[in-house]
This record gives sequence, C-alpha cells and structure tokens, in this order.
Amino acid sequence: MTTGADTSTPGPASDEGFVQRIRANISAGNLGSWPVVIGLIIIVLFFSLKADNFFTPGNFTNILTQMAGVTMLAYGVVFVLLIGEIDLSISYVSGIAGVVVAQLTLAGSSHAIPGILAIAAAIGVCALIGLFQGSIVALIGVPAFVVTLAGFQIWQGVIQKSIPQGVLSIQDNTVNNVANYFFSEKAGWAMAIVVSAVYVASTVAGIVSRRRHGVAIRNPVMVVLKLVGIVGASFIVVAICNKDRGVPFVLLLIVAMLLLWTFVAKRTTFGRHVYAVGGNAEAARRSGINVPRVRIIVFMISSGMAGLGGVVLAARLSSVDLNAGGGTLLIDAIAAAVIGGVSLFGGRGEVRDALFGSLVIATIANGLNTLNLTQGTIYIVTGSILLLAVTLDTILRRRQKKAGR
Amino acid sequence: MTTDTTTPTTEPLLELRGVSKNFGSVQALTDVDFEVRAGEVMALVGDNGAGKSTLIKCVSGIHVADGGEIFFDGELVTISSPKDSAALGIEVVYQDLALCDNLDVVQNMYLGREAHDVFQRLKEPEMERRTAETMKGLSVTTIRSIRQPVATLSGGQRQSVAVARAVMWNSRLVILDEPTAALGVAQTEQVLALVARLAEQGLAVVLISHNLHDIFAVADRITVLRLGRNITIYNRRETTQQEVVGAITAGVLTKVSGIEMTAPEEAL
Repeated sequence: MTTGADTSTPGPASDEGFVQRIRANISAGNLGSWPVVIGLIIIVLFFSLKADNFFTPGNFTNILTQMAGVTMLAYGVVFVLLIGEIDLSISYVSGIAGVVVAQLTLAGSSHAIPGILAIAAAIGVCALIGLFQGSIVALIGVPAFVVTLAGFQIWQGVIQKSIPQGVLSIQDNTVNNVANYFFSEKAGWAMAIVVSAVYVASTVAGIVSRRRHGVAIRNPVMVVLKLVGIVGASFIVVAICNKDRGVPFVLLLIVAMLLLWTFVAKRTTFGRHVYAVGGNAEAARRSGINVPRVRIIVFMISSGMAGLGGVVLAARLSSVDLNAGGGTLLIDAIAAAVIGGVSLFGGRGEVRDALFGSLVIATIANGLNTLNLTQGTIYIVTGSILLLAVTLDTILRRRQKKAGR
Repeated sequence: MTTDTTTPTTEPLLELRGVSKNFGSVQALTDVDFEVRAGEVMALVGDNGAGKSTLIKCVSGIHVADGGEIFFDGELVTISSPKDSAALGIEVVYQDLALCDNLDVVQNMYLGREAHDVFQRLKEPEMERRTAETMKGLSVTTIRSIRQPVATLSGGQRQSVAVARAVMWNSRLVILDEPTAALGVAQTEQVLALVARLAEQGLAVVLISHNLHDIFAVADRITVLRLGRNITIYNRRETTQQEVVGAITAGVLTKVSGIEMTAPEEAL
C-alpha cells in the first residue's frame, strides 16, 4: 500500500546524510514499518514460487475480501494498544453488529429499515458498548483486560440469545454489497486518480506551509519516494483488480478507513493526546490532557470499528449465526496490529501497521490453503510470526530506552 | 516570618500567608509563609518530608491548601486545579520531568496545548518554528534536532526541554523541582545556567533542591522548611552553607514561625 517510510519518528536535522539518519534510527530502535513490509514481500515470494494459483489477480482480490473484516477490527485495536490498553471484547462486539444489521433488515418483519440506516445503527450500538466499557475502565479504574474479558462473555451470550432460530439470513442488497460489490473498470481508475491527486495535493500543501513558516523540509528524498510509491501502488492495485472482477468495495473501505484513522492519529490534537497517554499518562494528565476522556473515546473507536468489521463479516456470508464473532477473529485482529509493529507497551505504532499485519495474516492463511495445508499449520505459522513480532517489539523498546542514556 | 521583616525592593509576585495542609492526621504544612519576586531565584530547601513538595503542589493546584491565603501579583487568588495555576502563569517542572518519551521535542513542548485550527488539525510548522525560537532564546544548543524523540535525549537535554516548555507559555513563575538531581557535573552546569537565565529574563523562579552547591550557585534567597514549618529566609550573600545545613537539620529555634526575629534579612 505504501513504501512504509517512518513519519512518526522523523530523523535528525536535514544537515545530516541520508544513510547516517537511517543508521541512527536503527540504533535507536526506530525501524518503522520496514520489518513487516520486508516480511510480507518474503511471504508473497515464497507462496508465488510454491503454488501455481497463488500469484493471480483473482487470488489477490480473494485475499482483500478475506481480510477486510479483520482489518476493520485491527484499525480499532491500534488505538487501544496506543494508549497501552487491550480490548478483548471486539470479536463478539462485531458479532453484535452483525445481529443488529440482520435483525433491522429482516425480510418480512415489521421493523425492517433501509440497509444504510441499519449499518449506521449497528455501528452506533457498538460505539455505545465502547462508551460503557471504556467508562468503567477510565472512570472507575477497573483494568481493561478484565472489563473487556467480561464483555467478551456477555456479548457472546447476547448473540446466542438474540438468534433463537440459530441463523439469520440477510437479504438487504445494501448490506450484502458491503462485502460483495465490485466497481466497474472505469470507477476503479477514477479512484486511483482521486487517491493519487489527494495525496499529491496534501504533500504539496504541507511543503508550502513549512516553507511559509521557514521550517526545514526533512528528508526530501523520502517525500519524493513516498509520493512515487503511493501513486504507483494505487494504479498497480487497481490494474490487478481490474484484471479480475474489478475493485471490490471492501478495498475502498480499507483505504478510506486507513486514511481517516491515520489523519485522526497523526494530524489532530486528539491523536496527539492518544500517543501522549500511551507514552506517559501521568505527564499527559499534568499537561492538562483529559486522560479519561481520551481513554473512553479510544474504546468507542475500537468498538465502533469492530461494529463496522462485523457488518463486513456478516455481509460476506449474507447471514449471521451463533458463531458470529467467534473463531480466530479476536486473535487475528490483535495479532494483525502487533505483527504490523504496534507496540503492546503503548505509545508506539501507526494505523497502517494494522493493514500490513492483516495482509501478512491473510496472505499466510490464503497461501497455506492454496498449498492444501490444514488449519493446524496456519495456526502454528501465524502464532510463530506473532511471537517473533512481540519479541522484536520488546527488543526495540529496550534499545530505544538505552539510546537515551 | 512575615513580609514586614524584609524590605523588598519590589512587591513579591507570589506570596503565601499562613498556608496549612493536612492529609488525614498528618500535618504536612503548618502556617507556612513563602514569597518570591519577579527576577529572583528563590531556593526552597528542607530535609525529606519537610513539606517542600506539598507546598509546591498547593501552588500548582494539585493539592488545595486547607488554610491560609495565596496572593499573586498582589491579589488574593484561589488555586484549586492545575488549570488555575496555569492561567496565572505558574509553571512547574517536575522532578520526574513529565515528558512523553515516545514524542519528539516539539510535541512535548506543546503537550496538552497543541496549536490547532477549527477542525482540531495540528499546526505542525508553526509549533516547530516556535519551539526552535524558544530553544534559541534560552541558548539551548545541545539538542541536535527538535524532531527527535525525547527518549533519545540525555538527562540534561530532557531537563532543558522541560524547562523550555515551562517558559514558552508566557509564564511569570517557574517552579523547578530538583532539576539537577539525576544529572552529571557538566549537565548540571548547563541546567543551572538555564535557571539563571530565566531570572535574568524577569521570571520569578522557585528552585527546590537538596544540593546546596547548586543553590549557592544560582539562588538569590533561600527559604528553609522543617517539619512542615518555616524556619527562616536567608539572603544567599549573607549566609553560609553551614548555617543553612543547621537550619535544615536542627531548625533555628530563635527563628521559628510566629516568633519575632532578632536579625531580619537585608533586602536584595
């Protein structure tokens, strides 16, 4: 998706060499997204050589549709991990969203409402769940691990009780299109053009603004590389999708949410406060930041995104059943963020890491499937990569601490 | 120890009269008087548990005093939250720094007070420019880049960032809690020079320290607390380290709060 340059930890002043800066970043433990991007390339190369039907436009689109739901959850997980908390309830909260959307669009029932409203209602209900759980964490001080573990059970129970017939089928087209709609070739190209234009425009605006304030532009080489990389990637991705069924709606959703949450995290005061709370909550409090408010909103983001993910997952099956939100959904969502490089210790990570991590998990599952390997192998491989990622995170964190002394 | 025993050339910027604070049955502060003028460094010394931190927390609004009066700029004020003290222009640099290691220098300087537009969008270039100006104004030149995470800075540099943050906000009174406690010799020199510069720029500075060498290097006057009570105020030029140590450890019985003093301090 991007070339993965690290914007969160800008290097030293521009009077230093490019290579020197990279070396300084490595010794200080700022690897950015590079480990996961390199890992992803290796994984893709491996499966491309091993399996004949892996490196095809059709399978690329498959991976996108398979990972979309988890990716939505993982975006929310990034924020929770950034403030140094955890949310174990997201999987069944996403199941709740599926139930709400199915019930509200139930064919022939008296309470059926238009699909788009049902989706909004589902996400709203989930955000309220986040408000409830986040308030208990932030205002009363109950550990998030326990609160959301309780939520994990409670919402699972609610799902079981609200589908007495065992399965609810979704017949509303708007809802089902969320996971199953493909754009025409022309619409795909238009999207590539819009994304590129917006990115170029915002980059130029940033440069102009810095010039106006007389602030040096750091890393001009990187800015150009990123520009070329992102514009190139958008057109290549659209080209691949157009070779198959066209750009899936879920890809639009993945990119739109990536842009939205990256903007929130990196360009707004709220996002800055999220990083501050994760870095040093006491310092944030003394600086006048309303720490409980930040925590509550973060839990609402995580539950709300779980809701959106739940809609995607329900739409993909055109139904919800008693297993909604079960399986490996929770583990995959948290693992995606962590594998992508979001620190479990809080304060370090990017929204895009969730996308990279989801890509890794979905690609491995898909690749091993094409090799006709069993679910057991998939669990072992994904778990090993998760262990690797957390170990790397711990080592990096220690290095970063040492660099300051 | 009241103000009538001194003949100040200027009115005190901050003046505490008879401030008391207790935590349950523990009397942390008893009838404490304290003052600091603009352009002077007032040291606040005392043994562990003497009430230095409690006094500072009453001024910064983290604790609310149980009794007594606080005057700022000659006016009676109530400080019931950190926001109140910030509004008056009181900034505290805490012992444990209160910086976010994962954020860079600019982000820490503006923590909680980010420059933003109506859409809550951050104005990064503006913040970066003003941070650079502030650092330059305070002659903090050892930091390589203001865009590097605070985690990568040395102890002295971190302290400089914390102090610079305190003075950037048109503050009038800066309180430094043990600013040199964790620093080496060269870095201590750096920070003390910075403290002296703050007073030169017309700010009132309160310096809490255990290190008498540091205090005698930069302070103009020295307030001694013992067991939650005032002992005395010394003029740095007219006292010795031995005398101050005596006051910290044993107290000076002739100068206990409420008893008339025999030897009033001279004005600066």
